[in-house]
Amino acid sequence: MTAAISFRAATKVFGTGRDAVRAVDSVTLDIARGEIFGVIGYSGAGKSTLVRLVNALETVTSGEVIVGGQNITELREPELRKVRAGIGMIFQQFNLMSSRTVAGNVAYPLKVAGWSKQDRKRRVAELLDFVGIADKARTYPGKLSGGQKQRVGIARALATSPSILLADEATSALDPDTTQDVLTLLQRVNRELGITIVVITHEMDVVRSIAHRVAVMEQGAVIEHGAAYDVFASPRQRATQRFVATTLRDRPSPEVLERLRHRHPGRMITVSVREDVGTGVDVFAGLRTHGVDGAIVFGGITEIDERPFGSLTVELGGDDAAIEALIADLRQTTDVHDLGTAADPRDVPWSAAAEAPAPEDETTPAGVGPDGVRSGGVGLGGVSSGGDAGVTRPFGGAR
Amino acid sequence: MNRDWSELTPILVESIRETLYMVSITIGVGGFLGLVFGVLLYATRKGNLLENAFVFAILNVAVNIVRPIPFIIFITAVGPLTLATIGTTIGNDAVIFAMSIMAAFVTARIVEQNLVATDPGVIEAARAMGASRLRIIVTVLIPEALAPLILGYTFLLIGIIDMSALAGYVGGGGLGNFAIVYGYQRFNWEVTFVTVIVIIGIVQLAQVLGNWLARKALHR
Ligand SMILES: Nc1ncnc2c1ncn2[C@@H]1O[C@H](COP(=O)(O)OP(=O)(O)OP(=O)(O)O)[C@@H](O)[C@H]1O
Ligand SMILES: [Mg+2]
Repeated sequence: MTAAISFRAATKVFGTGRDAVRAVDSVTLDIARGEIFGVIGYSGAGKSTLVRLVNALETVTSGEVIVGGQNITELREPELRKVRAGIGMIFQQFNLMSSRTVAGNVAYPLKVAGWSKQDRKRRVAELLDFVGIADKARTYPGKLSGGQKQRVGIARALATSPSILLADEATSALDPDTTQDVLTLLQRVNRELGITIVVITHEMDVVRSIAHRVAVMEQGAVIEHGAAYDVFASPRQRATQRFVATTLRDRPSPEVLERLRHRHPGRMITVSVREDVGTGVDVFAGLRTHGVDGAIVFGGITEIDERPFGSLTVELGGDDAAIEALIADLRQTTDVHDLGTAADPRDVPWSAAAEAPAPEDETTPAGVGPDGVRSGGVGLGGVSSGGDAGVTRPFGGAR
Repeated sequence: MNRDWSELTPILVESIRETLYMVSITIGVGGFLGLVFGVLLYATRKGNLLENAFVFAILNVAVNIVRPIPFIIFITAVGPLTLATIGTTIGNDAVIFAMSIMAAFVTARIVEQNLVATDPGVIEAARAMGASRLRIIVTVLIPEALAPLILGYTFLLIGIIDMSALAGYVGGGGLGNFAIVYGYQRFNWEVTFVTVIVIIGIVQLAQVLGNWLARKALHR
């Protein structure tokens, strides 16, 4: 089966000469039919431009874009309009026409496609019902909440039964609860209607909860892609590691690490918690086996693509040789990052996180407070340095 | 010196009729041409739907040249063109011709300025739905900017009433001519005063109507 969307060395350059910007830099990528594909990256990475190549709102400077088996690179405007009509798109700012009612907005693409008035009416009712705002048909967008507006946007994008839906930061203007509602709706669109969805976002949570596969973009290039779980569980590229660290915040940032070292001068390691190693059980089994003391000083565990994911940072105490043996043991099953000791600190791969242009406040401490309620928005069910008194050495039984 | 109003009233009514005639033809013809020019000015600008540097430059320069010319001078300057087009340089029709041209250029700028404020995202959404450029202009761009456009046209209407007062200078009629001939030239202050009241009345009516329509078009 051919891919829903294929990029073949697709490149988009804006401007010329010294001002030229390679917004998309020879991207080769296949997006399969029926999947939810996430494109994640920091601001200016080229995500929007990449997705706009799919419905030819931008045309490639070089390379090819193949949509539904059709090479759209050489098409002319009238044919491109047909391609566009077969692809739905939703936007961060919803982009509804304020001069038309909700029903009028949803009917617009049908008018463009030449549907009769009767058919339009029937289809609009059906769509508004599907997205759950049938009662708002005669309302003007100005009177709707953000979540309702995006539902209208989704209904409008689905009007002509497209096979692909492009979502450019579709939830970035919404609060966390509404974001979840809209993501659930997108999931329904994918599952019930079988529509391929390309989700662009800088929000880890969006990718985490709905994307099957993901591509990470940096400076126009796709630097890493694959199953969402794999990419986030074992990020290969430094940028991806930083991204995972700054968005999941299960790993201590350099500032946090400094404070941790102050409080916990002993040997510290960060252990990845993943599907294949259970939820940290190995760490505790290892502590027992090697007779090493362990205190969880930071961390968090969440789900990606409905599978467990996170990390725990542990201070180890006891015999040096035993600690080395434990680390070697753990390395058999999972990723272990050795943070060293306060006296002999080691660099961590995500230490550049502070310099990364993260979209959110970098200084917010990660993890949960003493009462177990997480302060950030990621929703990790983990522990942190914040609740020191409560969480240190609860598992010290191996002594 | 007091004239008999039973004698003046029919002349006043005729003058009002003439003014309304001149103003409505001008806002129709000039307003429509201005809408076309304004849309073109907006759409041919860099990065917009019909990007075309040549057309944009021509229109932009034309608007910049015509707009600042005082209307009383413009009527004379455009004389040869008026003669060639409608066969005379005097009378109401000659004034309407000159007014329509001036109105077209003034409107072009008003329209352009109001269109610039429309959300480019909405246009992008329409493009993403496969709508043609012309369809987008007619069914998205203009409807989205309707409220400010109505206010712009109200402003224009009042400007045209102002211009029409000069018709008397080239043998035209209307309220301006009435005020000059029966008021100013005959030292009848009362006639001038009544004319002013009538003009204020028309302008107020236009403004109230414009505001009401604009509010209706806003949908907020
Ligand atoms: N029409 C354009 N003309 C010139 N440069 C552009 C244009 N569109 C995008 N760019 C540039 O291309 C690069 C990628 O932009 P793009 O909007 O694709 O990034 P993004 O990843 O979507 O960012 P964001 O998260 O801020 O939306 C940026 O450097 C941007 O300035
Ligand atoms: Mg973007």
